Amino acid sequence: MTPLRVLAAMSGGVDSAVAAALLAEQGHDVTGVTLRLACYGKTPLSPRACCTLDAIDDARRVALKMSFPYHIVDAEQVFRERVMMPWVEGYASGRTLYPCASCNQHLKFGDLVTRMELARADRLATGHYARVREHTDGTWGLHRAADAAKDQSYALALIPYAVLSRVLFPLGDLPKSDVRAHAQRLGLSVWDKPESQDLCFVPDGDYAGYITGSLGETRGTAPGAFVDGRGARVGTHRGVIHYTVGQRKGLGVATPERLYVLAIDAEANTVTLGPRAALERTGLVTGRVNWLLPAPPAAGTHVTARIRYNHAGAPATLDPREDGGVAVRFDEPQLAVTPGQLAVLYDGDRCLGGGEIRKDLDTTRDP
Amino acid sequence: MSTIYLDHNASTPVRPEVAAAMHQALRDLGANPSSAHREGQRVRAAVERAREQAAALVGASPRELVFVSGGTEGDHLAIVGSAWAQRQRGQHVAYAAIEHHAVHGAAEVLERLGWHHSVLPSDPNGLTPPDSVNDLPAGTTVLALMLANNETGVVQPVAALAARARARGMRVVCDAVQGAGKIPVDVDALGVDYLVFSAHKFSGPKGSGVLVVRGGAPLEPLFRGSAHEHGLRGGTENVPGIVGLGVAAELAARELSTEGARLLELRKRFEAGLKRSVPDVVVHGAAAPRLPNTVNASFPGARSDHMLLALDARGLAASAGAACASGGVEPSPVLSAMGVPRELAVCAIRFSLGRTTSEEDVARALAIVSEAVDAVRARPGQRPGIVT
Repeated sequence: MTPLRVLAAMSGGVDSAVAAALLAEQGHDVTGVTLRLACYGKTPLSPRACCTLDAIDDARRVALKMSFPYHIVDAEQVFRERVMMPWVEGYASGRTLYPCASCNQHLKFGDLVTRMELARADRLATGHYARVREHTDGTWGLHRAADAAKDQSYALALIPYAVLSRVLFPLGDLPKSDVRAHAQRLGLSVWDKPESQDLCFVPDGDYAGYITGSLGETRGTAPGAFVDGRGARVGTHRGVIHYTVGQRKGLGVATPERLYVLAIDAEANTVTLGPRAALERTGLVTGRVNWLLPAPPAAGTHVTARIRYNHAGAPATLDPREDGGVAVRFDEPQLAVTPGQLAVLYDGDRCLGGGEIRKDLDTTRDP
Repeated sequence: MSTIYLDHNASTPVRPEVAAAMHQALRDLGANPSSAHREGQRVRAAVERAREQAAALVGASPRELVFVSGGTEGDHLAIVGSAWAQRQRGQHVAYAAIEHHAVHGAAEVLERLGWHHSVLPSDPNGLTPPDSVNDLPAGTTVLALMLANNETGVVQPVAALAARARARGMRVVCDAVQGAGKIPVDVDALGVDYLVFSAHKFSGPKGSGVLVVRGGAPLEPLFRGSAHEHGLRGGTENVPGIVGLGVAAELAARELSTEGARLLELRKRFEAGLKRSVPDVVVHGAAAPRLPNTVNASFPGARSDHMLLALDARGLAASAGAACASGGVEPSPVLSAMGVPRELAVCAIRFSLGRTTSEEDVARALAIVSEAVDAVRARPGQRPGIVT
């Protein structure tokens, strides 16, 4: 084996720690890096939050244990401008963005990947559960992880195609239990650290509270009307920032049938509610798609489309559009097409790319 | 590839003579220097020998020396101990804006006990203006001043500052941690009441330092309960550390002028080389008198966290002129106090040369810095519009 020079992005969690440690154990020349994002070091956050001082200590301890150099790189500005503010914008305008994907796009596989030369590295490694493969035709592909339950290819759909040949996902073939076992075998103190479940910068999951409280956002906070499918007022909402399409809990509207959020109109300050069946959509349109292919696929290509992180995926047909987006037509209607979330497209286990959902194909009005 | 170590202001490698003396102390001096038996007396003799060696480095009398654990403790003992001893005269202390965290920490201790503090400004060259002492409020009892700044190496006008402070009835603490062993230090000439230095900055061990308390200067101990060090610092002496400090002090004193001249020559060569390869480099404090070993330079557009990674990957150990515990790139308070703009301050790197630095090291370091600056500034694949 020719040892590679690897820049290993380490969040302080067990996955990226084991990814870096395994590469070091295999004899690669590893340099660990923690990107300091916006999770401020001085406020004690939950142990699940990343980028805290504790997380940096954890990552550093792994590097010391495995005897490879470790550095901290500040990325707060990029994180704020490219990930956090767009996410806040989204909420304020009634869209539910998926910031982990833009974080991967702009931070690890954006800012950091352009800095590999700092460490004279040939490869960038992370602890993501996904696989990268060189195909016989010379193209590179992003593939789902061996452990389907852990697969994170959805969160990687926006990374540039050009970086695929330069990244390593050492965990892509391992089940999570193996990762913990490796951590224990290697004596890494993070072996029993709880997994991060939520957004790293909002570890308690209260997004609206964080946006309005910590960030002082006022847009989207004015109460307004809950309306039904015909536009009739059925109650009062607390501000569009508190809702997301498909949401059932916490609506505070007493009706005989269970109601769901069908649509959010930030401009009119209305939240449309309706029964579960009314969430069904036959397709969607995305913004510009990031293709993990040398060229976009042909119209009519059959794919599996995932429309949120926990969505198993639905068979669908693609219709690329002139603006770089794509229309996705499901074989069977799908529940809760949520503007702001990603539509990620697969051919089998190969991730073809993804784009932000702009609207569904059933609502005529542009959101 | 061996690493080129240009971080001597952070710490220095222990020189072999010091290590040998410490090894001998660990092996042969097992008794307690306070014990009455002859074994104890042998250890006491070694401690007192070190006290003479250390005193000679700064022109003090051995009786004026208190062995402490290093600069931070020395600063705390001097500042807090002096303020306590003078509490009837006032509860206000002062220090220069460019002081080390250890001084800020000591002032913080006092603040929690009801004291207040003032901060003397810095001029753009990194010097504390002597006349600024006149603006301190009446009732200021202690003024803390560093001899040479750890980040910029700028040597402060301590004698002029101290004279003004003493004329106003203040006691003066001089943190000479970066100066002692690198430039001539004479407590009489400085005219200060307390002086602090630390062995690991001049090829001695870590965890061993000295507080000089000039005759009659008031001081209350922090560590109490036993009468070690004239009752000013309780705790059994760190004998190997003290022995090592003594030997390091003696050797540093002996080599001070030749080594100082050698380092100055290397530093000039290094700075000239930096200017050749990175023409827009800015050397901070360049117009002020500086330690012969220190260069604090900003490479515009090359942020220090990226630079440190790039330098480290290429085998050069240096420090960021700015770094906080969480690694966030914040401008150093020292550079900020000098009025260095933020975008320049976050690009500061400190190179500090030392006893083991050779001509060849300097030449190799220059090549590495030049390559690192190129690597940090070149951003293949960078999308327009992101300024980081």
